[in-house]
Amino acid sequence: MAPSTEPTHAAAPRGSKGMGQAAVEVDGLVRRYGEREALSDVSLSLAAGHTLVVFGPNGAGKTTLLRVLATLLRPHAGSVRVLGSDLIHDAWQVRGRVGLLGHEPLLYRELTAHENLRFHASLHGVGEQRVVELLDAVSMTARAAEPLRTLSRGMVQRVAVARAVLHDPQLLLLDEPYANLDPAAVELVAPLISAAGDRDAAGGPRTRVICSHDPSRGLAEADVVLGLRSGRPVLLRAASEVDASDIAELYR
Amino acid sequence: MERSSQPQAGLIKRGSRARGETPAYSKGLRTLSISTVIAMAVSLSLVFFYAPLEAEQGFLQKIFYLHVPLAIVALCGFVLGGLLAIAHLRTRDPRWDYRSYVVIHMSLIFAVGTLITGSIWAKGSWGHWWVWSEPTLVSFLIVFLLYATYQPLRFAIEDPERQARYASVFAITAGAFVPLNFIAVRLSTAYLHPRVLGSTSNLPGSMALTFLVSLAAMSLLFATLCKYELTAKHTRAQVRALRRRLEGQAEARRAPRSAAPSLQHVTAMTAAPPPGGRTTGQR
Amino acid sequence: MTSVQDPPPQDVQLGGMQPPAQGGAQPSVEPASPARTVRQTGFMSTVAALLRKELLLELRTLESVPGMSLFAVSTFVVFHFALNRNSVEGDFAAGILWVTLLFAAMLGVNRLFVADADQGGFDAFLLAPVDRSAMFVAKVLALLGYLVVLELVAVAAFALLLLGSPLGPALPGLLVTIALGDIGVAVIGTLVAALAVRTRARDLLGPLLALPLFVPIVIGGARATSPLLVASHPAWPAVRWLLTLGLYDLVFGLIAFALFDFLLED
Repeated sequence: MAPSTEPTHAAAPRGSKGMGQAAVEVDGLVRRYGEREALSDVSLSLAAGHTLVVFGPNGAGKTTLLRVLATLLRPHAGSVRVLGSDLIHDAWQVRGRVGLLGHEPLLYRELTAHENLRFHASLHGVGEQRVVELLDAVSMTARAAEPLRTLSRGMVQRVAVARAVLHDPQLLLLDEPYANLDPAAVELVAPLISAAGDRDAAGGPRTRVICSHDPSRGLAEADVVLGLRSGRPVLLRAASEVDASDIAELYR
Repeated sequence: MERSSQPQAGLIKRGSRARGETPAYSKGLRTLSISTVIAMAVSLSLVFFYAPLEAEQGFLQKIFYLHVPLAIVALCGFVLGGLLAIAHLRTRDPRWDYRSYVVIHMSLIFAVGTLITGSIWAKGSWGHWWVWSEPTLVSFLIVFLLYATYQPLRFAIEDPERQARYASVFAITAGAFVPLNFIAVRLSTAYLHPRVLGSTSNLPGSMALTFLVSLAAMSLLFATLCKYELTAKHTRAQVRALRRRLEGQAEARRAPRSAAPSLQHVTAMTAAPPPGGRTTGQR
Repeated sequence: MTSVQDPPPQDVQLGGMQPPAQGGAQPSVEPASPARTVRQTGFMSTVAALLRKELLLELRTLESVPGMSLFAVSTFVVFHFALNRNSVEGDFAAGILWVTLLFAAMLGVNRLFVADADQGGFDAFLLAPVDRSAMFVAKVLALLGYLVVLELVAVAAFALLLLGSPLGPALPGLLVTIALGDIGVAVIGTLVAALAVRTRARDLLGPLLALPLFVPIVIGGARATSPLLVASHPAWPAVRWLLTLGLYDLVFGLIAFALFDFLLED
């Protein structure tokens, strides 16, 4: 599993927003499930502060890619560097700087929103004040003392968003973040998961990787677009060069 | 994807490519088999024609030369399975898990053999098919019950990588358990009956020699059977990969950029290996 | 890149060596990218946070401890009818007590990781900058807590329902033996629970794996307490059994601690 000895050429175009050291560098990533390759030879380079949107039908490997970047899955071949650290040897350095919002809210249903967030805060070394701030930002302060199982799906999703950005991650990984949210909730949540974040981060704008099924919204937010099909990258271009019909192609 | 409790043998090839040769499962198989046959023949002749008849138990006592070597080899096999599992967890190389699996599998069979021969001996000596006073027998029953869950555990996990990892954790825990269990059971029966069945101390010379030869033969048998199983599974995996290739499922892919070529890439390049043959080296 | 060689949990040396995050924050890690530093959360604070969450969940749902305790009492009743005895002593008493405790403990073991596995708790934990072995320690402590409550109820019920000899003089020796046994049950129980929870037959595999592993605990525990539960000669348990239990706890404590990380990954 040695990383490539060939020079890494930029497989992805840089966004127009200036140069930064690549926050995410993937080269020949392979992730297997048994003898099948869930991700085959994925390569991309994402500059800091830019947003990558990943499109693809179900089973294309979008979630797998996200989980690899989140250090939850190990690469089986190729090399992956996130925020400057190689994931095969130094994954532990990346933890705490990455936020993941997946299909599961990753919250305990029997605990209240407040208790859940406090638990995650203590794991990340974040203070109580931030918890209160975020509960307010997602308008959950009123119902923060009720067990999550009594809340609607949309509310749970809001708390999940709060959990994902609680520790102010430099890299935000979002898997269909607007699912289960009504338009009002979307408005609440969008600033929290935007590139700018909800407060001034010393390191500049956040890098984001978003999995999306919504071409219009996805393209609007993207700097770079990646299209996956059956684990293979079939499309990798700057967002300005992609239009909705290209995305539709993927799903055929 | 078919689910199986067996490790993905096809994944082995990854490490072998680095050396450009097939894993040497089948190398030396013939020599080993022949040595085993010879050793077993010598051992059996010693048992029947050389070792003296024991005073109390008579002819039945000769099962001792089968029962105790079976027990010793099985025990060492279980511990070896644990050691191989440690190698797997450290290196993440699926080959170690594969070896661990085969060794444990074989040890389980030998353990069953131990139980059966022990039971026959108990019936002959004590008149019962089972005796609780024999610590070896009792320990083996417990160990058997533990390792009998190894395969169901593997089968219950679909993701092959996780399956191998969990199995290794189990193998290490169980491997450490074996000696501890022996000590505990020994202690609990120590002051009940003097040990008769498994006693290997104070053997007169001729018996000792026969015993040692039997032990050597049993070890060789174990090694040979393991090698057979390793080779057979590996070959089957290669055939599977070839079939996939022929049916076009593993499409030809351009060279991956990583210095270690991907697994399917190499298996696609493998010609049908002659028995004990070699795969073509990596690009 | 930092030169501090903190091995990530996946490559942990099997001797239980973990990134030195004992009792306090790690020195800040300097990434090559935009200078943001992330502190590893200290080991003990991680354990404390996890333990607090465990106990909070248990208090909220009460799904383990009451069930275990009730099960123990029911089992004593069953034993009364099964053995057709009004009171038991010595070997019988020790046997019934230990078997019941073990089987009741299995109920708790089965539920130990279910909430985490079903509600995605593993992922959240895996994403945090923490030492992953902290989860092992926290779960063992939690399980120990449940076992203590179980035993308070079970030993009292046993003395009431079935025990033929006076409990008082036997209590100190009994408590020491049970304490040593508890550690072993908690350690193996946590390991087996983690193994079984993400498999298809999780409720079945747990007990199947655990029971043979528990045999030395039964041997040590029952043999140790049997002479205590006799009317005529209550005595202090024999040292050899306590040593057996102690050795078991030590060996499996270390092994489970070292191996636990490997079960958490996806």
